[in-house]
Amino acid sequence: MSTLVIAEHDNGALKGSTLNTVTAAQAMGADIDILVAGAGCDGAAQAAAAVVGVRKVLVADNAAYEHQLAENVSLLIAEVGAGYDNIIAPATADAKNTMPRVAALLDVAQISEITSVESADTFKRPIYAGNVIATVKSTDAKKVITVRITAFDAAAAEGGSAAVETVSAVHDAGISSFVGEEVAVSDRPELTAADVVISGGRGMQNGENFKLLDGIADKLGAAIGASRAAVDAGFVPNDMQVGQTGKIVAPDLYIAVGISGAIQHLAGMKDSKVIVAINKDEDAPIFQVADYGLVADLFDALPELESKL
Amino acid sequence: MKVLVAVKRVVDYNVKVRAKADGSDVDLNNVKMAINPFCEIAVEEAVRLKEAGIATEVIAVSVGEKPCQEQIRTALALGADRGIQVETEGAVEPLVIAKLLNGVVAKEEPQLVILGKQSIDGDNNQTGQMLGALAGMAQGTFASEVVVDGDKVNVTREVDGGLQTLSLNLPAIITTDLRLNEPRYASLPNIMKAKKKPLDVYTPADLGVEVTSHLTQVSVEPPAERKAGIKVEDVDQLIDKLKNEAKVIS
Repeated sequence: MSTLVIAEHDNGALKGSTLNTVTAAQAMGADIDILVAGAGCDGAAQAAAAVVGVRKVLVADNAAYEHQLAENVSLLIAEVGAGYDNIIAPATADAKNTMPRVAALLDVAQISEITSVESADTFKRPIYAGNVIATVKSTDAKKVITVRITAFDAAAAEGGSAAVETVSAVHDAGISSFVGEEVAVSDRPELTAADVVISGGRGMQNGENFKLLDGIADKLGAAIGASRAAVDAGFVPNDMQVGQTGKIVAPDLYIAVGISGAIQHLAGMKDSKVIVAINKDEDAPIFQVADYGLVADLFDALPELESKL
Repeated sequence: MKVLVAVKRVVDYNVKVRAKADGSDVDLNNVKMAINPFCEIAVEEAVRLKEAGIATEVIAVSVGEKPCQEQIRTALALGADRGIQVETEGAVEPLVIAKLLNGVVAKEEPQLVILGKQSIDGDNNQTGQMLGALAGMAQGTFASEVVVDGDKVNVTREVDGGLQTLSLNLPAIITTDLRLNEPRYASLPNIMKAKKKPLDVYTPADLGVEVTSHLTQVSVEPPAERKAGIKVEDVDQLIDKLKNEAKVIS
């Protein structure tokens, strides 16, 4: 048995999600290789080689893979993955974009966002916004899988010494190209990797009021998130969205401010270790999942919380 | 140009779905069904392209049992010109849906195929990308802006750190994210008109696709319940609990 892990990286460095994916791969009980596809991605490849439990790292370094264009990278993964029993990747934006193409090219199903490995062919995954956990068994000889990273611990990033091999295959489908990107620059931790997350909802009333969360986030080293209602209302950008169709987070501490607790939001945060809810409506469903609920007007509670932390 | 939009019939997003007591499947008896919210955004985008004079015809397609014709009619009421149902039985996996849609693409030869990024029942987020691979088309997934420019389309995408813009050769696949547009409501006259719009029905065999199964659902279960917490009196008590009881802040 062998498993190919698709690394998430920014060419220079490996993203933490790759480490959680390695742990999921270990649960499948197979030899683990990591594929790093990018351009100028030696830094990421060296980091992948240091991850504990990895047999070898395959590096495909070519301009065609620089921006992780799904049309190109999927062809590469399908070719390299031909020799493996499992191909797995973190369920983050890049792999969500690419992996279903890989599955279709290989004519197999994709099993999305698994939260546990029950056996070599059986997995658990949430459906219906996490209101139901399904156990699914694959009948495909080769399995294409994405992993909900909050469900698996990170593998040790240092201590391994895997061999690094070059993959020379170049796949440029020539049907798509990168135009540009607007990446939010922030000193705060990434939402999905933060130990503490503080999120605002419709109760914040407007985007300007999200600044009330800044001081608290600074003091707690927290990332700032939002409910879909706040994104829909145009308060904040979509990359802050926590929920069924946004980001899935499971920090040590999650503070929900002015969030009613729609099932779609709960799907994105209910695996947090400790949940705090601040809402003036004492019947808000968010209090049913909160360890500590504070019924208060957030415009009073937030400044007080910031000053007393 | 011709635009094909895929729509899926799913449980209404306000319904809290539960597992059956015997764990065999989810309980969908007498549950309200609706068009998948992301598919509604896809229909709206296609109709706007038509209103802008870019699309000449909008075709709504759904894969499913007969009741999914309701969702095709919804798309027609929102402004799609005609409908196609691909008649299948029971649950159909995303790979098969993608193959069936690819069969429709081969028949209709649209320049743009717009789908929702995921359906809120299976939460798979696969079909559009799979169709892209099968049809050999470029894809712009999780789109927040779509600009057709000659024989290319520029798609701005919601990605983890912000936004990314790609240029795709047409024909292309687009999957919608929630900020792409705000779908309109269908007016009563348009709902009436939609009933008269053409709706063709194909079988998988008509499209040369064999319906296969790659996954079996062994069981379903409710998620682990969180135990009920407490209400704190004030901010001071909250900070005290977080420091001394939960020990998550110092």
